[in-house]
Amino acid sequence: MKTVTNEISKACSVIPGKMALPNQYFAGRVGSRFIISLRDSKKILGVKCPKCKTVYVPPMECCQKDMTKIDENWVELGDTGVLVNYTVVNYRDAHLPRKTPYILGMIQMDGAEATLVHLVEGVDPQNVKIGMRVKVVFAGKTTNTILDIDHFEPIEE
Amino acid sequence: MSQKKNRNVGIAGIGMTEISSHKENQNQPEMINEAVRAALADAGIALRDIDCVIHGNMELFEMVHQPDMWHVIGTGALEKPSFRITTGGTTGMTLIAAADNLVASGMYDIVMAIGFNKLQEAGSTTGGITNMADALWYRHLQTGALTSTSANVTIEEIGEERARRAAMKYRIMMDKHACLNERAHRRLGLEYDQIENLMKNSPPLIGELRLIHMCSQSDGACAMILASEEKAKKISKKPVWIRDHIAIHREETASNAYFPILSENSHRVAARKLFARNGITNPIEYFDVFEMYDPSAWWGIEWLRDFLLLDGDQVIKMVEDGEFDLDGKLPVNPSGGVTASNPISATAMLKPAEVALQMRGDAGRHQLKREVKHGLASGFGGVMWTELMILEKDLDWQGDNNG
Ligand SMILES: [Zn+2]
Repeated sequence: MKTVTNEISKACSVIPGKMALPNQYFAGRVGSRFIISLRDSKKILGVKCPKCKTVYVPPMECCQKDMTKIDENWVELGDTGVLVNYTVVNYRDAHLPRKTPYILGMIQMDGAEATLVHLVEGVDPQNVKIGMRVKVVFAGKTTNTILDIDHFEPIEE
Repeated sequence: MSQKKNRNVGIAGIGMTEISSHKENQNQPEMINEAVRAALADAGIALRDIDCVIHGNMELFEMVHQPDMWHVIGTGALEKPSFRITTGGTTGMTLIAAADNLVASGMYDIVMAIGFNKLQEAGSTTGGITNMADALWYRHLQTGALTSTSANVTIEEIGEERARRAAMKYRIMMDKHACLNERAHRRLGLEYDQIENLMKNSPPLIGELRLIHMCSQSDGACAMILASEEKAKKISKKPVWIRDHIAIHREETASNAYFPILSENSHRVAARKLFARNGITNPIEYFDVFEMYDPSAWWGIEWLRDFLLLDGDQVIKMVEDGEFDLDGKLPVNPSGGVTASNPISATAMLKPAEVALQMRGDAGRHQLKREVKHGLASGFGGVMWTELMILEKDLDWQGDNNG
């Protein structure tokens, strides 16, 4: 943060602040089952709406289209999918998960309609293409978060 | 005169989750969705019938910002007009006031309002509140929502012993009501013979305020569906009507009770104006129930005096005589109030919700024995932000001078 150092600031006090409050987030039954399966069996689970057949990954308690409760209707997905969109992150900031530049992708897992946001590695940002087939690379160490998937990488075909 | 309303608005659906200390089994949108489903089921309508969804919480508590953006998966606002309101503790009531305005204006026929907080996800609610205070004058000194000012004022007026007894009697009365309410969070089973013991032994928080006096930290959500008169009559067997509401607010930390810039606090101003424009001269006679946002037992006894426009020790005498019990002259907080249940941004919405359930006869074990025709509900937030609302069982007040 930059402190104001103009004429006015000599007469006007600036009080620095930093908000830091502890907090936690309850992932809930549905989110927890996904993370536990990912962590313990390296399996990616989705839920399927029995009414409109939409498959959601990340899983949701209710279908977004018709509000049907779908949290009991689990389906196991493979570890492959298609890159339906992407962006290249160039700016640098402390909160970012990787050194820039890196690729942030939207991946539609095979058999699912909803898309998962994740990192795409193993391809130069200049060569990344929509429609690329990609597969999961699991993280070596668990963090009990979506980063138990370390990243996606292109499938050589 | 009542505020000019383009058309009448009724409460057509009410849904709430159980209020508890923590809900690990649900994330935020899932908890909200439970209340939304309950409200839709109560109204007997589907999500497609809702024209607009409004949503609110105090976001500093969960430390998740702009939750309305991603809560759509729980609110059901997909492809619907939707916005978020946040006015501190008052949020739940402001949402109902806004929903009423949106429907009364003719903008929408059916509006769903959702209030929630998951306070177990907050590491420090009082820490969060200090971040709302002015950074130069108050942030470094603020004690969050904990204050003893009310207690000091009451003690100065009527003496230590009588004031402490009245506050504790009020607290135990609230617990007795909560014990009958299966949705209430804290149901402690307190008895009046514990007054002496609690006055001495409940852990002190600040000044005269002890742990037992203070509201809980709860998780929960409430959703209410408001509809135009025509639609409300069509979809609900027992619509409850929103007659009028008023919001009065001001900064009161600087102008506190010992250096009053104004002679009345925002509650008394709200009550005076609202009753006057509705022709209600004796609120204790007129109303059959009052659900009041009472963050602590000390505030409870002080604010009852303001809302009911009482003077001197009249309100203390009424507490002592049990006039605010379920079978008293004016039952206060049959739900058990905020000292029992406080999922903050659902809290103020639970007030009109409870009044409506009492009018419908659907309150459950804490249903009042008397017929509830006229109800009052209040919300409170920030540094004296008052929302006060009159609810009616029948659409018969127009042109009337009541009370
Ligand atoms: Zn569906």
